[in-house]
Amino acid sequence: MSERVAVRKTYKLFIGGKFPRSESGRSYLVQDSNVSLASRKDARDAVVAARAAVKGWAGATAYNRGQILYRVAEMLEGRREQFVALGVPADEVDAAIDRWVWYAGWSDKLPQVYGGANPVAGPYFNLSAPEPTGVVAVVAPESPALLGLVSVIAPAIVTGNTVVVAASPAAPLAAVTLAEVLATSDLPGGVVNILTGRITETAPTLAAHMDVNAIDLTGVADAELAVELEVKAAENLKRVLRPAPADHDWHTDPGLTRMTTLLETKTVWHPKGV
Amino acid sequence: MTATATSARSDLSELGRSETALRTFLHGLPGVDQVGAEQRAAQLGTRSIKTTAKAEAIDLAIRMVDLTTLEGADTPGKVRALAAKALRPDPADPSCPHVGAVCVYPAMVPYVAEVLRGSTVHLASVATSFPSGQAPLEIKLADVRAAVEAGADEIDMVINRGAFLAGRYAEVYDEIVATKSACGDAHLKVILETGELATYDNVRRASWLAMLAGGDFIKTSTGKVPVAATLPVTLVMLEAVRDFRAATGRQVGVKPAGGIKNTKDAIKYLVMVNETVGADWLDPDWFRFGASSLLNDLLMQRTKLTTGVYAGPDYFTLD
Repeated sequence: MSERVAVRKTYKLFIGGKFPRSESGRSYLVQDSNVSLASRKDARDAVVAARAAVKGWAGATAYNRGQILYRVAEMLEGRREQFVALGVPADEVDAAIDRWVWYAGWSDKLPQVYGGANPVAGPYFNLSAPEPTGVVAVVAPESPALLGLVSVIAPAIVTGNTVVVAASPAAPLAAVTLAEVLATSDLPGGVVNILTGRITETAPTLAAHMDVNAIDLTGVADAELAVELEVKAAENLKRVLRPAPADHDWHTDPGLTRMTTLLETKTVWHPKGV
Repeated sequence: MTATATSARSDLSELGRSETALRTFLHGLPGVDQVGAEQRAAQLGTRSIKTTAKAEAIDLAIRMVDLTTLEGADTPGKVRALAAKALRPDPADPSCPHVGAVCVYPAMVPYVAEVLRGSTVHLASVATSFPSGQAPLEIKLADVRAAVEAGADEIDMVINRGAFLAGRYAEVYDEIVATKSACGDAHLKVILETGELATYDNVRRASWLAMLAGGDFIKTSTGKVPVAATLPVTLVMLEAVRDFRAATGRQVGVKPAGGIKNTKDAIKYLVMVNETVGADWLDPDWFRFGASSLLNDLLMQRTKLTTGVYAGPDYFTLD
């Protein structure tokens, strides 16, 4: 009998809950694996998928979203060894799992902290409630490959946004493997879409896209590109998260800014005594 | 003109006189190769139309749209807004052409006529107890006359599918002839409702029947049954209008309607028109799209081509 030939994996994109190849048919080589090289049309398709998912995801109860994020943590725990085999340090995988749990807890608490009753001089109940902004484009940090990625996805989706993530071009294997985790975590298709390939190709399309509501430039290392993307984003007044400093320590307490930047506040006046 | 062609022409005009002659002729039409038609339609759908050709195709498709609203919930305000959109589909860009026509129920025609007066946008109305066509003939004809009097210059009629499927071709023929005369100067579009005809052979027969009876346009569907316009059905109909012109010298238009939702689909149809019947039909006078949501996608794609940035539905009117 001949010796068994190992089956090698092609790392594909993650769009609308499916794993398509790039429509351009291109790929590039990372750690001896073929990884899809996303084109601007893939970015467009991802935005369409993300937009379609907004209604269901933003409409789900905060409790349900929290449960699903917690489920992601559970699934990630089960794949710990796989990430370690890809070269992600074990303590980083642990930190990434903990981060999902940390954000999962915020799903029904953030509206309490950032919303509530406002005192007004009149016979009204005046209530403010934070709502998701919609579709968020995210440029993931180059490193740490897994913790950085989780730290930008989780705060965006926990409040009900959907995301299109341009993964780090140098570390796409962890990103696609995370997509496999997400695909098996009850997360509805289209809530997270992951594009691998060149940032210079996908990010400008996403920044200029009129159907994207916010952009997170965390992983944009090139200051000139960051400015260009901000200018493009200004066209339809996208909310913008500025690039993170190169020496940012992702293991520290993430704070709430990542979540609150991607929210809109709805205030309702309701007559009293009617 | 050769002798055979002339005699063929006179033969065809005699067909309507007897049920037997009509049946013999329609059943004598060659059968449609189902697999072949579907494969041909699929193959034509793979053409890549880019840049300047795409821009031209989009503008042509916009000019071909019959902007349609056929809901029980239509109000005068809604159809007026739709008519205003027909005149100026993209208010942000004056170079954007107007659509081919507005298509509404007869009761809504006067409100649309008010807005369209003085423009070259046509006003189409569905009549003959759309969408089922299951009403006595006098009522259908009264429906048509009312729509024409109110200002419609195009009438979309439905054929009597019950009679057609039962094989009573003369009855269908006579109804179309009667409707045509009730139309007066208005153009008559004959809706075959291909989703209910079951086979491509029936689609070909119904197409010929509608053309023989004097229809100015043949239209695929009402948009009210699950299966609406498809590429293979439109291919069969395009072949019919091509052969009909070759036999009689009269050109008949084609209007796929229902289910055409985006620019990509619309361009597939345009490719098929060009490859099947040629450029003579690439004109709003001879080819139309019955659609409502298609227009916004065409406008978004048009904006993408002019600005280089993907557009979003937030920036176009809902209708």
